[in-house]
Amino acid sequence: MKHIRLTRYRKWRNVFHQSWMVIALSAMLFIPLVLVAGLIMKSMLLLENHHLFELLFSSDWRPLSSHFGFLPFIVSSLWITILSLLISAPVCLLTAIHLTQYAKRWVLRIMHPVIDILAGIPSVIFGVWGILVIVPFISHQLGPLFGKSVSGYSILAGAFVLSIMIIPFMLNMLIELIKAVPNELQEASLSLGASKWQTIKFVVVRKALPGIVSSFGLGMSRAFGETIAVLMVVGNVTRIPTGVFQPGYPLPALIANNYGEMLSIPLYDSALMLAALILFLVVLMFNVLSRFLILKAETH
Amino acid sequence: MIMNTKTEEKFFRVLMFLSTIFIVGVLLLIVVSVLYKGLPSLSFTMLTSIPKGGFYFGEEGGILNAIIGSIYLSLGATFLAFIIGWPIALYMNVYLVKHHSLVNAIRFVFDVLWGVPSIVYGAFGFILMVFLGVRASLLAGIITVSLFIVPIMVRAIDESLKSVPRGLLESALSLGSTRSEISYRIFSREAFQGIITAILLSFGRAIGDAASVLFTTGYTDRIPTSLLEPSATLPLSIFFQLSSPIEAVQDRAYASATVLISMVLVISLLSRFIGNRRN
Repeated sequence: MKHIRLTRYRKWRNVFHQSWMVIALSAMLFIPLVLVAGLIMKSMLLLENHHLFELLFSSDWRPLSSHFGFLPFIVSSLWITILSLLISAPVCLLTAIHLTQYAKRWVLRIMHPVIDILAGIPSVIFGVWGILVIVPFISHQLGPLFGKSVSGYSILAGAFVLSIMIIPFMLNMLIELIKAVPNELQEASLSLGASKWQTIKFVVVRKALPGIVSSFGLGMSRAFGETIAVLMVVGNVTRIPTGVFQPGYPLPALIANNYGEMLSIPLYDSALMLAALILFLVVLMFNVLSRFLILKAETH
Repeated sequence: MIMNTKTEEKFFRVLMFLSTIFIVGVLLLIVVSVLYKGLPSLSFTMLTSIPKGGFYFGEEGGILNAIIGSIYLSLGATFLAFIIGWPIALYMNVYLVKHHSLVNAIRFVFDVLWGVPSIVYGAFGFILMVFLGVRASLLAGIITVSLFIVPIMVRAIDESLKSVPRGLLESALSLGSTRSEISYRIFSREAFQGIITAILLSFGRAIGDAASVLFTTGYTDRIPTSLLEPSATLPLSIFFQLSSPIEAVQDRAYASATVLISMVLVISLLSRFIGNRRN
């Protein structure tokens, strides 16, 4: 009976653990607020001196004479993100359909570790691989194919490396989504005489569509914030890119490349923190929207 | 018409098969190309010595400082994230079990936090450092990295706690257990393998990330002896060596990449092995 009785010690232990849990949870929920506040505070210095519109839509980037136009970086980020999604989205969707609808069980059993391992590869390794394989490929094969002599360090290289990085992330979600489509729906469609392919096209994909779109959104937000791998292959030239073979300079790379020198110039420091803030807000928006879409789709 | 859908299906089946092969092929290509380039330059001295004078010009030395630094950093960050994330996950599944929408809201927040780029955490850590007046150090790196892996830890442990049957909670409560006993003695034991997998996942994420430590951990050729010293990390050592124009240094970057990729592969396989035993 001794063990069952609620001794004072057991009671206090419960209180202690519960307090720690509450503290930890509140702290972790509080941190994003501190993060935003910190970034806003730091970027205020720049925003007081420059108009936000000018910052976002000017392409004049000369920190030393206090011209901070973020347009080249924003445009580069958009190019790379959208291009990487264009490459990886069809691959992911097709693979997910293949694995859930057509492939034998053992294929899925092999693919699960493949996806996990790919997801676990550090971004710097993707960068190394990009320099080893993708950059020379673009410079020696793809460039000449389009009649261009290029160094290979380009928007395209960044987008390609990124597209591989977000594949495991999106593919995992897509497989779960397509698996979650009720079997009865497919059986109903098949019994009405639709072929398997028609069922997939008009029933499975259509039913999972909100989820598919939001997984693409999440993949995009992942791509938008990726730093080191892109930084290593994208060329880092401050100019608005006009083609995929040209070098670019996305926002995360801007922050990472200049961390050393920014301290000496307060406005420069402030500008980089504004870049981090923009990055955070864009990713946050994409994440929240996509996840809302999933939640909405699940409840209907 | 029928012929059309048939050819269409055939066409797409070929495409689907090809994209599956593509993914496997790319993974193999990444691993093989890094190993192919890195293994020849990998040597025992490289793994067991720190950079000597002229190391960054292709002379004597190794990357022991980065290997040890990365292990210190990841162990510290994983430990910190664990003592924060584990209780949070338990709280959500044992204490808040009746507040369904609150738990879902918390999950939503952590999912969103999981998506925040590590460079943003790096910038935030840097602001904190300047604010507190501390220099780039192992401790600052550990705190920054742990901020960024706590969401992973919470959600991964949470997923495995979710599958613990609710009846277990109810019967333990009716027998007079306190909720903390249920959390740490029953639920954690039930989800033990899931927790180990979560730790390995977080550790792998911590050891591979470069953007968050770039600002906060600094870089040094020495092996840190205290938490307040800066420290080298493997991803950054790869990154810095690869930016060198000297070929011998670049080769060493590939060798360092081989070290990093092997560590990550071992972690992946380990967590797969543990995860599989559960099923």
